[in-house]
Amino acid sequence: MIKFVLMVNRRGQTRLSRYYTPVELSRRAALEADVVRCCLSRRKEQCSFVEYKDFKLVYRQYAALFIVVGITDKENELSIFELIQNFVEVLDKYFSRVVSSCAIMFSLDRVHFILDEIVQNGLVVETNRSRILTPLNAIDKMSDS
Amino acid sequence: MALKIVKGSIDRMFDKNLQDLVRGIRNHKEDEAKYISTCIDEIKQELKQDNIAVKANAVCKLTYLQMLGYDVSWAAFNIVEVMSSSKFTYKRIGYLAASQCFHESTDVIMLTTNQIRKDLSSPNQYDTGVALTGLSCFVTPDLARDLANDIMTLMSHTKPYIRKKAVLIMYKVFLKYPESLRPAFPRLKEKLEDPDPGVQSAAVNVICELARRNPKNYLSLAPLFFKLMTSSTNNWVLIKIIKLVSCFCVVKYLGLLAMSKILKTHPKSVQSHKDLILQCLDDKDESIRLRALDLLYGMVSKKNLMEIVKKLMLHVDKAEGTTYRDELLTKIIDICSQSNYQYITNFEWYISILVELTRLEGTRHGHLIASQMLDVAIRVKAIRIFAVAQMATLLDNAHLLTGNMQRNGICEVLYAAAWICGEFSEHLENPMQTLEAMLRPKVATLPGHIQAVYVQNAAKLFSTVLKSQEGSTEGTAAQETSQLMIDRLPLFVQSANLEVQERASCILQLVKYIQKLQQKEVEVAEEVSALFAGELNPVAPKAQKKVPVPEGLDLDAWINEPPSESESEDEQPKAIFAKEEPKHSRSRHTEVDEKELARRREARKQEQANNPFYIKASPSSQKVYQESPGVEHIPVVQIDLTVPLKVPGLPMSDQYLKLEEERRQKERADKKKKEKKKRKEKRSGRGRRHDSGPESEEDITPAHMVDIVTEEMPEMCLTLNHKVCDIQGNLQDGSQVVVSVIFENKCDSLLKSMEFNVLDSLNSKLQRPEGSGPHDGFTVPFQLPPGVSNEARLVFTVQSIVMPQKMKGTLTFIVKNEDSSIHEKLDFKLHFTCTSYLITTPCYSDAFAKLLESGDLKCSSVRLEEVNMPFHHLLARICFHHHFSVVERIDSCASMYSRSIQGHHVCLLVKTSGQTVSIDAKCDEPTLLGNVLDEIKQTFSQC
Repeated sequence: MIKFVLMVNRRGQTRLSRYYTPVELSRRAALEADVVRCCLSRRKEQCSFVEYKDFKLVYRQYAALFIVVGITDKENELSIFELIQNFVEVLDKYFSRVVSSCAIMFSLDRVHFILDEIVQNGLVVETNRSRILTPLNAIDKMSDS
Repeated sequence: MALKIVKGSIDRMFDKNLQDLVRGIRNHKEDEAKYISTCIDEIKQELKQDNIAVKANAVCKLTYLQMLGYDVSWAAFNIVEVMSSSKFTYKRIGYLAASQCFHESTDVIMLTTNQIRKDLSSPNQYDTGVALTGLSCFVTPDLARDLANDIMTLMSHTKPYIRKKAVLIMYKVFLKYPESLRPAFPRLKEKLEDPDPGVQSAAVNVICELARRNPKNYLSLAPLFFKLMTSSTNNWVLIKIIKLVSCFCVVKYLGLLAMSKILKTHPKSVQSHKDLILQCLDDKDESIRLRALDLLYGMVSKKNLMEIVKKLMLHVDKAEGTTYRDELLTKIIDICSQSNYQYITNFEWYISILVELTRLEGTRHGHLIASQMLDVAIRVKAIRIFAVAQMATLLDNAHLLTGNMQRNGICEVLYAAAWICGEFSEHLENPMQTLEAMLRPKVATLPGHIQAVYVQNAAKLFSTVLKSQEGSTEGTAAQETSQLMIDRLPLFVQSANLEVQERASCILQLVKYIQKLQQKEVEVAEEVSALFAGELNPVAPKAQKKVPVPEGLDLDAWINEPPSESESEDEQPKAIFAKEEPKHSRSRHTEVDEKELARRREARKQEQANNPFYIKASPSSQKVYQESPGVEHIPVVQIDLTVPLKVPGLPMSDQYLKLEEERRQKERADKKKKEKKKRKEKRSGRGRRHDSGPESEEDITPAHMVDIVTEEMPEMCLTLNHKVCDIQGNLQDGSQVVVSVIFENKCDSLLKSMEFNVLDSLNSKLQRPEGSGPHDGFTVPFQLPPGVSNEARLVFTVQSIVMPQKMKGTLTFIVKNEDSSIHEKLDFKLHFTCTSYLITTPCYSDAFAKLLESGDLKCSSVRLEEVNMPFHHLLARICFHHHFSVVERIDSCASMYSRSIQGHHVCLLVKTSGQTVSIDAKCDEPTLLGNVLDEIKQTFSQC
């Protein structure tokens, strides 16, 4: 199971966070900072999977943006690694350009919406790009009119 | 009202939206906290307004702030307000905020139940979707209980978009409200076969998560998952399924199964997983344990056998249920005895293992252990002393084995123990004690066939005891022993078992007679022991087959017509007494007096000499051997042991592990010392024999077994003519002798199932594929259609090369015609000439001269008459046929050199005058030289 999805910039500032298992608000900041430090400290040629406390971290870097996913021990790391790529591809398609941390902040709700289409409950619910975007496009049309 | 709306929109224009907030925070890096607190104040103001758009914007900003770590729980009620907006754009923001901020202890959640229910049943699928997504984040046990039914209905929604979300959220509902699982599960299972892949994937995900907690309950879904596994193209789903199936242990089983397949072709790669496989023996699933056992059978080596068996013994102790334990027992024996005890380096250890196995209660495999004990004790001579001591202890403690007598299969080992003690009684330390043990009254409760062996072997022991007692001064002791026999035997005479009765009464009478003689103070020991004189030699199981059936003898024909009614079979157990037969005949012989015997022998010899079909037991003259293999050529199993270790007391197989380890270490150390020397001796580029096994198997030399020295051989030709096949052999060098045999089919039918077999001599042996016995043939891996020829390669090991070798062999095959297939046999001889052991080796004249001067070489010469060929032709001929190279040639004189594969130097000085050629030769091995010269002579006599 996926425990959380984090998007952070290179300076370690959180750009998006989503928890699938309850974590107290007060502990979130510390956890995020620690996780980010853990991933940022690793060199490029090092593996993208990290054992962290009682769970695992899978991360991928896109320019200045880091996407970190925390998963339980039983989850397959490679599948999550690919899931991140899939997620980013969907974002690229929706925003019609390379994702930057700005775009994420400015339309935080939409990014959340996309993420919710892909992952629900900490489980992967949809991976097909066009199917993920169908509801969002429909909503956009609704609000435009 | 209209004004209010307009005012609201104007206000909104001055409100910060999310982007303004983000930019603002960025621009106030110095006083971020202060800036944010003003923003929060603004948001609080905005939330007080009636306009839902303003509220939604404020909530949206709160979501961002919450992400930055600010507590926004105070706005929970406003979030609920935005959630209940009828406009989807706002509702969405509300739900997002809720999913980020709400948790189980948020009290306003209670207020949302009806709102969520309304959204769930909304005609707009996105309303439903967003509600489901939100719910998945903040579902509480109360919400789960209240909404479970609604969500279950949604699982059958027409839109796959809703279905998949509903299916996923069910997992959360199950967690919070487990009672819902039972009614919802059938529907969930249904969703595994949903036409929409997204829904399928969701169902797989949920079931995988559930199954992880308790795999057994979901085993019934395995076929369904298998179907999905073969049909689904979604990798994420596939990964999940495989993970799930691995919970079912099926994967472990399949893995072991696959390994057993791999083992046949790549044993090394499986052997490295030995520990893993041993772990599988602990698995609670019996079928996995059995699979692992199968694998172990294939992966033992000399090096790890003891270790593996030790682990298996531990499992034997732990095993519950006799079926599995019996399986372990047979496997241990299988593993140890496979390929003719190939992997056993220490037979004392093996005997100890067998003895330890006898302590198992209630096993059915007593006879298996017994046959192993017999086999090893008979075939491994050096182990007999040790074996006999162990067996004597077993007999002494027989009462421990035979707790409840009849049902206990383990008492079969007593059969072996009694026989071994009797047959090899000369090794017993205290034969009297063993004799007493064998005549205990309790023996009468043993099964009949075992009692019979007891009685018979008690007699053997009796003779041994007599011998020792008569030798000593106490004459009465011998009489007491006889008395003991006379006292105890009547018990067996009364036995219901005919075999026991017959033997007992025979022996009783004999002992009574002996006693009479003893009373007259006649020394009888000598004569009594003559009853059991002679040693049993092991004979290979297929030896009889090797004796060719003489022409004209039809084994299936009746010698006498059978009686009309076959005699009823005696209920004799198995063929147990087959082994005893030779002794009867022996004892009968001794009763005939010496003169009569000599006369008969003479007559028989006469008869044999006149009988062309009689297999003569003549000494190993080559010619006779080819024509009629004598008894000594029946292959005797080659296990010969030296240096047994004497370990007193009951055997503990573990100690051998340690001993073995020490021995190997010592060996390794020795090896290192020798290494340098060896390298010199080894010809470059020649590998040694076994190159398999994880840590160079050949490094372990067995403690007991005498291994065969291997050598290479250069080239050799042989031609065999036959109406059907033409066999040509070609020896090629390598670490062993490789003979390539060309099979040519000259007949008009298809030849198939060809099996090539040679009668191994002590010196030359065919290397058989692993796992086959020492007398199994080599299965030719192809069939021959008419007119086709093909080549098969056979590997031989040759020990001594100083004599030419001839190996007799048989090729059996099936001739397949259109309507019939006939079994055919083709006999042939493989001729290894001495020449073929020579390798053309260049030599410089100075080295050659030194060699001749060294004086180590023996001299011999030969003259060839009437050689009509130019001198250089003659030299070329010798070079070609006999693998020599010319060192130097001066006019009609030439020196030549060659070397054998075992490093013998062979030097020739060839001189010619007219038609006479004289060859003077020197070699450090006179026998080899003589044979080579003979062969050269042969070559020239043929031209």
